[in-house]
Amino acid sequence: MIAAVPMAHGLILAGCLFAIGLIGVLVRRDIIFVLASIEIMLNASGLAFVVAGSRWGQPDGQIMFIFILTMAATEVSVGLALALQLHGRLRTLDIDAASKMRG
Amino acid sequence: MLQLLWLVPALPFAGFVLLALSGRRLPDRWVPFIGVGSVGLSLLAAVLVATSFLAAPPPGYAYSQTLWTWMSVGSFTPGITLYLDALSLVMVVVVTFVGFFIHLYSAEFMAGGEGYGRFFAYMNLFVGSMLTLVLASNLLLLYLGWEGVGLCSYLLIGFWYQDSYNGYAARKAFVVTRVGDAALAIGLFLIFNSLGTLEIQDLMRRAAQQWAPGSALALSAAALLLVGALGKSAQLPLQTWLPDAMAGPTPVSALIHAATMVTAGVYLIARTNVLFALAPAVQLAVAVIGAVTLLLAGFSALTQWDIKRVLAYSTISQIGYMFLALGVGAWTAAIFHFMTHAFFKSLLFLAAGVVIMSLDEEHDMFKMGGLRRSLPLAFWTFLVGAASLSALPLVTAGGYSKESILYQAWAGQAGSPWLWAVGIAGAFLTGMYSFRMVFLTFFGEMKQQPSKKPSIDIGIPLVVLAALSIAGGYIDLPRTLGNLPILSSFLQNTLPPTVIAQPAIDTELVLGVIAGVVPLIGIYFAYLLFFQRRPAYADGPTRVARGGPLYRLWFAGWGFDWLYDRLIVRPFVWAARADKDDVIDSVYDGITRLNVVFNNLLSGTESGRVRWYAAGIALGAVVVIAIGVFA
Amino acid sequence: MEAVFYISGAIAVLSTIGVITRLNAVHALLYLVVSLIAVALVFYSLGAPFVAALEVIIYAGAIIVLFVFVIMLLNLGPQGSREERQWLSLKTWVGPAVLGVILIAELVYTFGLQPSHPAGVSVVEPQQVSIALFGPYVLGVEMASLLLLAGLVGAYHLGQRDDFRRPAQPEAEESKTGTRSDYLAHEGRALSSSTEKGAGSEIGPARLKGDEQ
Repeated sequence: MIAAVPMAHGLILAGCLFAIGLIGVLVRRDIIFVLASIEIMLNASGLAFVVAGSRWGQPDGQIMFIFILTMAATEVSVGLALALQLHGRLRTLDIDAASKMRG
Repeated sequence: MLQLLWLVPALPFAGFVLLALSGRRLPDRWVPFIGVGSVGLSLLAAVLVATSFLAAPPPGYAYSQTLWTWMSVGSFTPGITLYLDALSLVMVVVVTFVGFFIHLYSAEFMAGGEGYGRFFAYMNLFVGSMLTLVLASNLLLLYLGWEGVGLCSYLLIGFWYQDSYNGYAARKAFVVTRVGDAALAIGLFLIFNSLGTLEIQDLMRRAAQQWAPGSALALSAAALLLVGALGKSAQLPLQTWLPDAMAGPTPVSALIHAATMVTAGVYLIARTNVLFALAPAVQLAVAVIGAVTLLLAGFSALTQWDIKRVLAYSTISQIGYMFLALGVGAWTAAIFHFMTHAFFKSLLFLAAGVVIMSLDEEHDMFKMGGLRRSLPLAFWTFLVGAASLSALPLVTAGGYSKESILYQAWAGQAGSPWLWAVGIAGAFLTGMYSFRMVFLTFFGEMKQQPSKKPSIDIGIPLVVLAALSIAGGYIDLPRTLGNLPILSSFLQNTLPPTVIAQPAIDTELVLGVIAGVVPLIGIYFAYLLFFQRRPAYADGPTRVARGGPLYRLWFAGWGFDWLYDRLIVRPFVWAARADKDDVIDSVYDGITRLNVVFNNLLSGTESGRVRWYAAGIALGAVVVIAIGVFA
Repeated sequence: MEAVFYISGAIAVLSTIGVITRLNAVHALLYLVVSLIAVALVFYSLGAPFVAALEVIIYAGAIIVLFVFVIMLLNLGPQGSREERQWLSLKTWVGPAVLGVILIAELVYTFGLQPSHPAGVSVVEPQQVSIALFGPYVLGVEMASLLLLAGLVGAYHLGQRDDFRRPAQPEAEESKTGTRSDYLAHEGRALSSSTEKGAGSEIGPARLKGDEQ
């Protein structure tokens, strides 16, 4: 039932997922993909917490994951609302199109 | 009743705050109630404090009241502490008394003009600052009052700021006194650095223990304090601001000359007398500077046509007497003369103000004349003031105080016949220029009809101050005349007693007679030259001198302005011009330009593209992790 | 169970790569679901059954459904894929890929340095998690609730579609027709290629209303 893998392996898995998510954020221009990539990154960091928590057999890592989950849910709902706005105003999902304010 | 002491400076400050906050919303008819009332209540508090102080002197003949600790840095904990002893008591009473009457006079004098409330706000702040200065128990608080006084003088000299000349005069007063203030500040640093305290009583005690008389530290500390005092008291070589300070309204001149500001230097030296006693060379310098100043200013006063400028030079000259007294160790005589001078000088200014006001802002004495009958109150009070200024013997207050100074300049601890001779020459000049004013203004043919008469509000201060200009002298009668030194013996509770080298009653008598007769001779000369205008005499000093180089030199105040203009102002302006393109600033400009370049560089990265920013963050993370991992 | 960890880990990595390389958004989302379920398995194998369940329910369930909703709402069709193909040239991949590889290398290097310690030797029961969550972490729960509220308000505000037509007030007439016809172009393509403007203008608002419901 229990996989006693080295903690480093779990962390490396988290790091790989995170880096892939990062590449996705940097490469994709479609806001839907960008948001999905951000979800991947958040999920990866949550994974790192869970791995660390399980290494000590403590619940704290999972609690952090729950908080990250909450954050991700909020983020994606606001982000998708922004995507709707972007599409409604600029007729595109290209995130680079929304660069008028140079923010 | 001594606990009321804090009210004395607090009330004028409260008046200032009220007036400043209400601004123009306050109707003009309410302004005097606050402006004059605050100083009046302050006078009342001062009188109450004085009576209880005299009735039951506190232990050690000094009372100190700590209101709160100003700041606390290590061992440096200056408090907002008021310190009342004989010296500060005399100062406080004179300042509030004269200040109150000047305020009362101003209520009428300034009425109807623009900035009525502003004027009283400044005046109250002025009086409050001076009281802070006088009552301060440590030099830092004294410095606060000192700077407050400087600030108010700037504000009030430039009160009519629409005229650019007034602004110039205010700036000049501010800048010139700033020279002295800087020296005073350095003096404070020096004292704190070597004695570890700024509490005046402590530091004098420690200085007497730790510093050898004439040691370099004592000399430099005293010299720096002296320069500070010179700036504030308009003594050589920092006297040039005072004649130009006449640009302010007349009551301001009265306040600056009589109660506040210029006497601050005298007070500072008297207050720190131990430091000066430890530095005999500096004390001698005080005496010499006083003597030279009184003589030079006397000559300049003789040539001015502007009645207020005559009074300004006379103030410089009289403060010179006080410095002379301080220099020869006649501490009490200096304070005595300060007191009588406060009475008669404020009287003279206020009376001159009446003349100027009733002649529609005419300052030129040669365009006045014959006002004796049309302005009797102004004439009689001005006459009393002039008599007191020229030190008529027996009947005037100025006579007693000046006679006391002159006697001690001869016979005092550090006195010498030379200093006495200069003082006597100055007394001759004083009599001459004082009555020159009287004769030119009030006698002779009438050239201009007065357009308005002073009201009762103006009359009361004149009469009261005139009475004191006569009676103020009887508070301290010399040995030759009844020997009743009330003020001196009171002040000697605080100030060191005056040491007379060879106390001989007949010397004192002879010197007293000479000091009494010389002003009369001066007045007689003025009578001949300016009343009778006898050609035989007029050919002598006046006509030849008029327009002659000497006359012009005197008129221009010995050319100090010219000298400073050439020596300091022009080189400075030239340097400023030369540096117009900011040669020195190019380094800083370079920094600015570098910033602009980097800004352009960085604003190029501000594309508005989220992915671009994310790439920046990622790159930063990679670099930081790399540093963390591999370094 | 080590095998479960490694296999599902590999699936997670591969399907995640699939997410970021797909051109079609729906395909990418399917890969994302796979990736998330794989991660849930990883959690389970590490002795964290509670978060494994949460991962499936909330990530793979709720969040993905949200994505699907939006994609359906926007109704992009084949046009999106075409744009994507245009945007995703090989050149754009180089820089991010280099960065990502360096990051992975750094992480691997760092974790490789540590003396390895087995993780997941014991199961952390949901009970323990709950006790800790409402014990020492109760403040965090409160803050999370605040965050959710803010997200709710933000999403509600940003989701109002009427706002689209407001900003171009001065040329209201023109932009209105412009945006509408533009909008119709999309709608029309989705509904039927031969829809007329007049008919579409009636369908448009009706369609909008339906969206809001």
